[in-house]
Amino acid sequence: MIAEAGLAALWLAAAMALLQLVGGLTLLRGGAGQLAPLVKPAAYMQGALCAFAFFALMWLFYVTDLSVLLVASNSHIDKPMIFKLAGTWGNHEGSMLLWVAVMSVSGAAIALLEKRIEAKTLYATLAVQGFIALGFFAFLLFASNPFERLVPAPLEGAGLNPLLQDVGLAFHPPTLYMGYVGLSIAFSFAVGALLTNQVGPAFARAMRPWVLAAWIFLTIGIAAGSYWAYYELGWGGWWFWDPVENASLMPWLAATALLHSVSVLATRNALRAWTIMLALVAFAMSMAGTFLVRSGILTSVHAFAVDPERGAFILALMLMYTSIAFVIFALRIGTVKQGEPFQLVSREGGIVANNIFLSVILAIVLIGTLYPLAAEAMGDKISVGPPYFNKATVPVMLLLMLALLIGPMLRWRRDALMRIKYWLIGGAAILLCGGLVAWRLAPGTGLFPLLGIALSLALAVAAWLPLRGRKLLRTPLPIFGMVIAHFGIAVSVFGMAAESGFSKETLTALAPGESAEISGWKVRLSDVKPVVGDNWVAVEGEMLANKNGNSFVMRPQSRHFFKPEMQTSEAALLTRWNGQLYAVIAQPDQEGDGRWQVRLWWKPFVTFIWFGGGLIALGGAISLFGRMFRRARKPAINKWEPA
Amino acid sequence: MKPKHQRLLLALIAVVALVSAGLIAASALREEASYFYTPTTLAAANVPPGKAIRLGGMVQKGSIVRAADGVSITFIVQDQERSQKVAYRGITPDLFVEGSGVVADGRLRPDRVFVAESLLAKHDENYVPKELADIDMTAAENTQNTVSQ
Repeated sequence: MIAEAGLAALWLAAAMALLQLVGGLTLLRGGAGQLAPLVKPAAYMQGALCAFAFFALMWLFYVTDLSVLLVASNSHIDKPMIFKLAGTWGNHEGSMLLWVAVMSVSGAAIALLEKRIEAKTLYATLAVQGFIALGFFAFLLFASNPFERLVPAPLEGAGLNPLLQDVGLAFHPPTLYMGYVGLSIAFSFAVGALLTNQVGPAFARAMRPWVLAAWIFLTIGIAAGSYWAYYELGWGGWWFWDPVENASLMPWLAATALLHSVSVLATRNALRAWTIMLALVAFAMSMAGTFLVRSGILTSVHAFAVDPERGAFILALMLMYTSIAFVIFALRIGTVKQGEPFQLVSREGGIVANNIFLSVILAIVLIGTLYPLAAEAMGDKISVGPPYFNKATVPVMLLLMLALLIGPMLRWRRDALMRIKYWLIGGAAILLCGGLVAWRLAPGTGLFPLLGIALSLALAVAAWLPLRGRKLLRTPLPIFGMVIAHFGIAVSVFGMAAESGFSKETLTALAPGESAEISGWKVRLSDVKPVVGDNWVAVEGEMLANKNGNSFVMRPQSRHFFKPEMQTSEAALLTRWNGQLYAVIAQPDQEGDGRWQVRLWWKPFVTFIWFGGGLIALGGAISLFGRMFRRARKPAINKWEPA
Repeated sequence: MKPKHQRLLLALIAVVALVSAGLIAASALREEASYFYTPTTLAAANVPPGKAIRLGGMVQKGSIVRAADGVSITFIVQDQERSQKVAYRGITPDLFVEGSGVVADGRLRPDRVFVAESLLAKHDENYVPKELADIDMTAAENTQNTVSQ
């Protein structure tokens, strides 16, 4: 019954989306707008129905109703409860339902809360939102029905890929989806404003919290996904330039650029067309990301099911939405008036540099990710991996950091570099000293890690400079947010540079009682014993790690899961303030002499990568909180102010 | 500067930036994109030593030789016609066994031994490395789909 009710709710919600679209369109076409009073209630209903459908599916996973195909193929009666629940979105159909549910609830929230833009623009936005939702409802109902029944019901279910049986999974996909969906809302706002000629600061202020929220979720999702891959795959890496990682990085790059340009539009009324363009690109990247992940078209750790039909469906949706949006952009952009002028050396100029560098990185990542597909269409099998991405993107990232050192110190409209010459000289001195010290400590390190360390040291200081000369108690929260996020970038880049430039690795085979050495650590394999878990058995190594008289126990495991049959490595991590010791135990050495393959890494300051990511997201959250707080104090602006 | 000129200048900067992104990408792709070979196509192609490539095929039965250090192995990858010797130092993937499919990232040594930097074996019961999916192999036929239909 629950499954049928959930399916019915989805159909009804699709009808609501259609009503939203038609109602909004009739109003736009200058009709009498009899349907207009229905648009907002339709948005509320759509949100409620989708939320109901999602919780219905969650309930089916909670009780492990094996007569539902999706539950039977992805869950198992013996699975721990948290993974049963997380299994709701740990598969294709469920994750698409989550996407649609978040999108519909957000649409309802806009209809309910948004009071700053003109009613007409709001209806246009909701119509666009309904139009996007319709496509996804069609995809869910026709190509990936999560509530399909299975007759006869199996006895125990097929289980969930053990790599996915991890708390990381409970949070990683939902946060990414919230980010993707937030960008769909920015897209709707942008198209809505284009259609009603309202591209200006008021529109930017309405769109900004959604972009900010999407960006916070994407940041958290990417950082969490990176840490998950780091400890769960047991390969010691934190970023593999895997197509699916790129699929989450590309929307983040676009959202980061959009976040900066929308602020310029909101406060300085400049970069109008550019902001609209970025909003369209950001959502196109979200859809491209979904397409890459869900179609299984690329070889990837994440590509669990290869299903060309669904891929074609999402590709068609993506092409339809982006091409319609770009046609509207081309037709309407002439009506968007030129914004306020500014000089190149100014805060606006700095943000233009930020946008340009981010767009260049985005283009490089996009080309590298799609190139193998294009080559395959022409009969060549090619893979593009870390060597390409590192070589092509890192120099641009370093340039971006250089711009980040200077940009926030400049004044709006016009400024002169001479005004801040002492800060520039100071920054250059930190850069030089940092680089030299790092080079002295570890000669022979690559150029990129050295530059990364030098730039992150300089930025760690420069990030705080916008606070200088301000009364801290009266400084608006968004300024603190910006400072903390920029400092977070310094922290994160420092971790990345230190890890990629100065990591040490040892690979050896040890018998119990033998030791290996790495970076001043002496690691002794004291014992290897079998352990049993809920749905797996494992060999567990007991290692004693010693340094300067301090001794720690590490217990890496090599696990064997039954349903489905699979082996995974559970790395043991020993966290110190200045880095992590990372230990992996593998199969027994097959010569039969009682040795075990052991892989050890010393990764200096590696935790800074995710700590910095957390700071970046925290900065965003502080800024969002500040804006919402300010908005609550001010009376709502419903009147359009001419630019 | 007149407002109109400013918009034009910004558009120009954006175009220049995107063109240079394309150029950077193209030059990096030329150097770093790695082509996929089977032993047969590798023998036919003239791949210089040191160029990053991928090699895929089946691990020949009885060909895995383990060195005394416990972490280095050599094995032979074969397709229907030819075979290629591979050396690898590291932890082998869990499903790396003789007679099953493997894709290796690496480079040829001057002595034509392929030095693998990473191995990708059949990932789980449902997953075959994509490059091997359309190569006819007995191992691939044994792949079973666990989803009950």
